[in-house]
Amino acid sequence: MRRGDWVTALVAAGLAVFLLAVPLVTSGYGLSVATRAAALAIGAVSLQFMLGFGGLVSFGHAASIGIGAYAVLASGSGDAVWTLPLAMATAALFAFATGLVALRAEGVTFLMITLAFGQMAFFVAGSLSVFGGDDGMALEGRTPVAGTALLEGRAAFHYAVVASLVLCGLVLRALAVSPYGRALRAARANRLRAASLGYDVTRIRLAAYTVGGAGGGLAGFWLANTSEFVSPAILDWRGSGHLLVMVILGSLGPLGRSIDGRLVGAAAGAVGLILLEEGLAGLTPRWPLLLGPILVVAALAAVRR
Amino acid sequence: MQALNGLQLGVLLFLIAAGLTLVFGVMDLINLAHGVQYMLGAYLAVLGLQWTGSFGLALLIAAAGSFGVGLALNQAVFRHLFGHDHLQQVLATYGLILLFEEGARGLFGPAPLSLPLPEALAGTVMLPGGLRYPLYRLLLLAGGLGLAALLWAVIERTRAGMLVRAGASNAPMLDALGVDVGRLFGVVVAVGAMLAGFAGAVAAPLIAVEPGMGGSVLILAFVVIVVGGTGSVYGAFVAALLVGLTDALGRTLITDGLRLLLTPSAARMAGPALASMAIYLLMAIVLAFRPRGLLPASGRP
Repeated sequence: MRRGDWVTALVAAGLAVFLLAVPLVTSGYGLSVATRAAALAIGAVSLQFMLGFGGLVSFGHAASIGIGAYAVLASGSGDAVWTLPLAMATAALFAFATGLVALRAEGVTFLMITLAFGQMAFFVAGSLSVFGGDDGMALEGRTPVAGTALLEGRAAFHYAVVASLVLCGLVLRALAVSPYGRALRAARANRLRAASLGYDVTRIRLAAYTVGGAGGGLAGFWLANTSEFVSPAILDWRGSGHLLVMVILGSLGPLGRSIDGRLVGAAAGAVGLILLEEGLAGLTPRWPLLLGPILVVAALAAVRR
Repeated sequence: MQALNGLQLGVLLFLIAAGLTLVFGVMDLINLAHGVQYMLGAYLAVLGLQWTGSFGLALLIAAAGSFGVGLALNQAVFRHLFGHDHLQQVLATYGLILLFEEGARGLFGPAPLSLPLPEALAGTVMLPGGLRYPLYRLLLLAGGLGLAALLWAVIERTRAGMLVRAGASNAPMLDALGVDVGRLFGVVVAVGAMLAGFAGAVAAPLIAVEPGMGGSVLILAFVVIVVGGTGSVYGAFVAALLVGLTDALGRTLITDGLRLLLTPSAARMAGPALASMAIYLLMAIVLAFRPRGLLPASGRP
């Protein structure tokens, strides 16, 4: 094993131990933080799929998550057997439709367009008076699974989110190493060469963007059930930036050099950032004053090398 | 009336987007913290008015302060990020947003402040069509257009402007010709910050001054840049007016138009949703026909 692989394995093991052990230690606030972190990790991992393998720097991922969450709300806490696929499909459809336009551009322009579409979704959500407009609305309760109240227990719910995260990571990993994933990564490395080998780069990227959107919808499904409350705040552009920061932090150093490392790193970045924020918030209510400089220093340290 | 409001919003957007589009186009730097400069400008104007009691001096303080902050941020952060991965730029400038928004919240409190207009500017004027329009908004429109003309003159007619244009077309070549590109970039960043800060200061009497005010403006500025073509100041000017008009007219025309098609209650529900989408639809339409924007910067592949 190369050094990067050891780091990946170590981080993955640490993450697994943490996420699995939390319900054994606490069932209070700490558990709800861990559950939210695991749900956000699903969002971060799906963003990493587009960003790390497709080179698509989306600044609108919170919109996919929000659309998944609103799908849960709109279905009136219907059974997960159909609301979970519904949340993923709605978010994927949004990603597909906006991707058609956004993928006409690349790089910085792509980032700005995805941000603008995300903001559009935010304003639309705020004007939906059926769902409480800007104030949002509480769910009727946790989503039942096949008619049972499986998700009512806090520990059971946490393990369901963690299982969902693992499954999502495995599916995205399988996609990334498949012939399709090779083409996607080839188009990231060199668009022209991939195109001259006969790949339709825009179509490949659109597929990746849609898959990422479906992953965002999945994260939204769990986030809505975590807080049992959905408001437009979940689509705010700061949420997209937050997810990007998780992914970027998780791709620093040796983790950014392999497929496994990138996926594990995104999940670890999400959980790590949430824990860091909670830790700083324990020190001072003005914790962004500390987190902001930490992020700046991390970025400057990364470009120095 | 709505058209004038739209033009006036457009002029403000142009002041913010002009600096940002140059930073994108010339330096290939993603500066998410540009909205923060707008917010800072507004707060500096509020402070300036408290200290000096003069509205004009307050605007000057805001512009000078924003220029200084722009220079300082460039020295401390931005200049290390030129030519590096976009992701690190996103990380660093996102960190700056957290720092400055929370800083403003800590210093000034989360509640919105307001900047009172001086008596002389608070009245309304009678326009030729028999329409009463606030004097300050009219001055804002005229002043913004004047600044845009000044910017045009600087970029087209001075040596500094020539260097900026050269940097936009081929920065490595300019560097090889012996121009200190790093210093040039620093000045561009600082001037962009000053324009954004000034926009925040002059907008302050019309809006609530609060820590989060930079975010929505940043996104509107992004739409302007995408529509106008990245790196193109003229594109930004045309697009800013277009976006301003679309936003202002969209709010009234779409709701009125829907009222003809739907029941009043349905129109009242769908209207605001469609109106807030209007500028993004504009962006989508422009991109569908001109993927590089309306007036893309020339000399770049």
